[in-house]
Amino acid sequence: MDFTFTEDQTAILEAVKEFCEEDLAPKAQETDEAGVWPAENVKKLAELDLMGIPVPEEYGGLGMDFLTWSAVGEELSCSCTTTGAVYGAHVLAVVPIMMFGSDEQKQKYLKPLATGEKIGAFGLTEPGAGSDAAAVATKAELDGDHYVLNGSKIFISNGGEAELYVIITTTDPSRGARGMTAFIVEKGTPGFEFGKDEKKMAFPSLPNRELVFTDCRVPKENLLGRERGGFLVAMRTLGVGRIGMATGAVGVARAALEAAVPYTHQREQFGQPISNFQAIQFMVADMATEVDCARLLTWRAAWLKDQNKPFEKEAAMAKLYASEVAMRTTTKAVQIFGGYGYTREFPVERYMREAKLFEIVEGTSEVQRMVIANHVLRELNK
Amino acid sequence: MNIVVCIKQVPETTEVRVDPETNALIREGVASIINPVDENAIEAALQLREGHGGTVTVITMGPPQAEEALRQALAMGADEAILLSDPASRGSDTLATSYSLAEMVRKIGEVDLILCGKQAIDGDTGQVGPGLAERLGIPQVTFAIELSVEDGKLRAKRVLDDFFEVLEVKLPAVVTVVKQANDPRHPGMRNVLKAKRAEITTWTLADLEADPKQSGFDGSPTQVIRVWPPEKRGGGKKIEGTSEEVAEELAQAIKEMDIAAG
Ligand SMILES: Cc1cc2nc3c(=O)[nH]c(=O)nc-3n(C[C@H](O)[C@H](O)[C@H](O)COP(=O)(O)OP(=O)(O)OC[C@H]3O[C@@H](n4cnc5c(N)ncnc54)[C@H](O)[C@@H]3O)c2cc1C
Ligand SMILES: Cc1cc2nc3c(=O)[nH]c(=O)nc-3n(C[C@H](O)[C@H](O)[C@H](O)COP(=O)(O)OP(=O)(O)OC[C@H]3O[C@@H](n4cnc5c(N)ncnc54)[C@H](O)[C@@H]3O)c2cc1C
Repeated sequence: MDFTFTEDQTAILEAVKEFCEEDLAPKAQETDEAGVWPAENVKKLAELDLMGIPVPEEYGGLGMDFLTWSAVGEELSCSCTTTGAVYGAHVLAVVPIMMFGSDEQKQKYLKPLATGEKIGAFGLTEPGAGSDAAAVATKAELDGDHYVLNGSKIFISNGGEAELYVIITTTDPSRGARGMTAFIVEKGTPGFEFGKDEKKMAFPSLPNRELVFTDCRVPKENLLGRERGGFLVAMRTLGVGRIGMATGAVGVARAALEAAVPYTHQREQFGQPISNFQAIQFMVADMATEVDCARLLTWRAAWLKDQNKPFEKEAAMAKLYASEVAMRTTTKAVQIFGGYGYTREFPVERYMREAKLFEIVEGTSEVQRMVIANHVLRELNK
Repeated sequence: MNIVVCIKQVPETTEVRVDPETNALIREGVASIINPVDENAIEAALQLREGHGGTVTVITMGPPQAEEALRQALAMGADEAILLSDPASRGSDTLATSYSLAEMVRKIGEVDLILCGKQAIDGDTGQVGPGLAERLGIPQVTFAIELSVEDGKLRAKRVLDDFFEVLEVKLPAVVTVVKQANDPRHPGMRNVLKAKRAEITTWTLADLEADPKQSGFDGSPTQVIRVWPPEKRGGGKKIEGTSEEVAEELAQAIKEMDIAAG
């Protein structure tokens, strides 16, 4: 067991930390409150070669591993949650094309995603298909050398701003999960339009749009993976995506801890800094311990993925635990700030609202427990 | 256009500690960085290269560890890096440093423009750039905030205390750059990885066929007799009490200082 990063990983993390401290963190509040797509930050991520960290160099990526991708994601999310969320949603288009794309598809679509020339998004969720992903009703029918898409997706992160979409459809509704098929759809394809942008509890600068397909003709060569292999594409993507969500959750939890600690030294009540009170110290101790646990679970899942070992259960554990830690840690941070924590003078109330997302998106905590239980009940039934 | 950027590795902290025995800076436990305004010089060079093509070579004179600063410059996008590291260079003042850098530039050969930061945060002299120009016998522009190159001529806007000055000089020339000139870029990760593996050319004074008498302690008429940190300023006065009492006392204190009047 070796917990040290390689020299390359260390060099990358140092450079990313400097960028986060100098460029992202000072403007994080502004980026959140603006309520508009953080175009400038996204452009910088591309300039810094951060949009395709795990993508092989031949496809425009950095050729590094998912562990590096996760460690970088934590820095981004910790210093600017909005930018971290864009980064996390983008990879949901990168991963399926990387894993299932043909060489032509990788040249045409993975390359611009990996260099950050184009932004990606992943469309699975529909009004009738949330936790039950197999209930997807967006239909794709073969017509000559095109598939014709009809239906709609909701909540799609980066929707409207992204140029490339991985869309999960059904080509055979009678077969449920076995009838699902994935496509790469370009923004601007006739019949592909953007609907409602959700107004949310947090992340006003992250678009979550409805995607509407009306007789949208997608070339046959944009079918991703095998026909009726779409459920596998979705599940594999979410497997990696969960490491991404765990990463984001660790980032926001760490941000809350890092905001709370200096405040405990500054704030005086009863004639002394509140850091003197054991009640505060115990909160800080729990926060720090849980953030560390969450990070270790997350890095283990990423490491397993990098070793080509099964990681589905571990990714679900990391996502479940890290998101719940994010909720607890941000709530404690608000508590430590007292009445001031409840105001918008300090970022902790925002962190608390943001943390809630991680318990819902890409499989709710209940769904993660279902996934974990499935594994454990099987594995330990001897 | 071939541009050379002279950079210096300096201790990160602004709170410099000095060894009272030797009068030397205590470098242990202090991180080393590129002198901040040298990053502006690198950025200016990269921007000129983007507009005109050519190469950017960063050079430094220093101990072997100064290689780290060169790697950071390579990560920002410089094409080549050269370190002059020679025990005989120790103790160089600005005269000796400008001599050694001038010899490096001569050995590099075809150079159109030499950029330096305005001054280094450790020595704070601002003399190396001008000294280098004198040594090479070429024009110099100090404190540049804007530069452009056209038809072999360089146009630079200088920031002075109360005014700007626009100068045009023939190339090759030496230009020192101020902090406000630009916003140094963050390195891309591809370059960070490339810079880690890059070959750093290392020269000694012998490689330059330079005169060792003009370098290091021997070549430095300036001798540092004593270095000490400025005396700490008094802690100020803390006013305590209720908001009203504090306001009252503060107002009184301001009145007594007689600053409101003029
Ligand atoms: C900000 C944001 C960004 C998003 N981005 C994307 C995106 O980019 N792409 C995308 O495709 N989707 C995206 N989503 C959708 C997200 O993945 C879904 O909201 C999530 O999967 C939950 O689905 P649902 O909202 O339909 O909830 P439901 O499935 O309706 O769940 C409601 C409740 O029932 C529980 N539940 C459901 N089934 C069971 C069960 N069998 N056992 C026990 N409990 C159960 C759930 O845990 C939950 O508590 C995003 C959502 C948000 C809020
Ligand atoms: C929306 C809102 C409405 C409000 N309305 C009113 C109102 O109408 N009237 C009014 O008078 N006030 C009002 N308040 C103020 C509120 O009552 C205070 O914020 C609250 O009493 C906490 O005080 P504080 O914010 O100064 O936190 P602090 O006292 O600074 O507490 C900071 C943290 O330290 C902990 N702590 C402090 N001392 C100790 C100790 N000895 N041992 C262990 N832990 C300790 C606290 O539990 C907390 O976690 C309001 C606040 C809000 C946010």
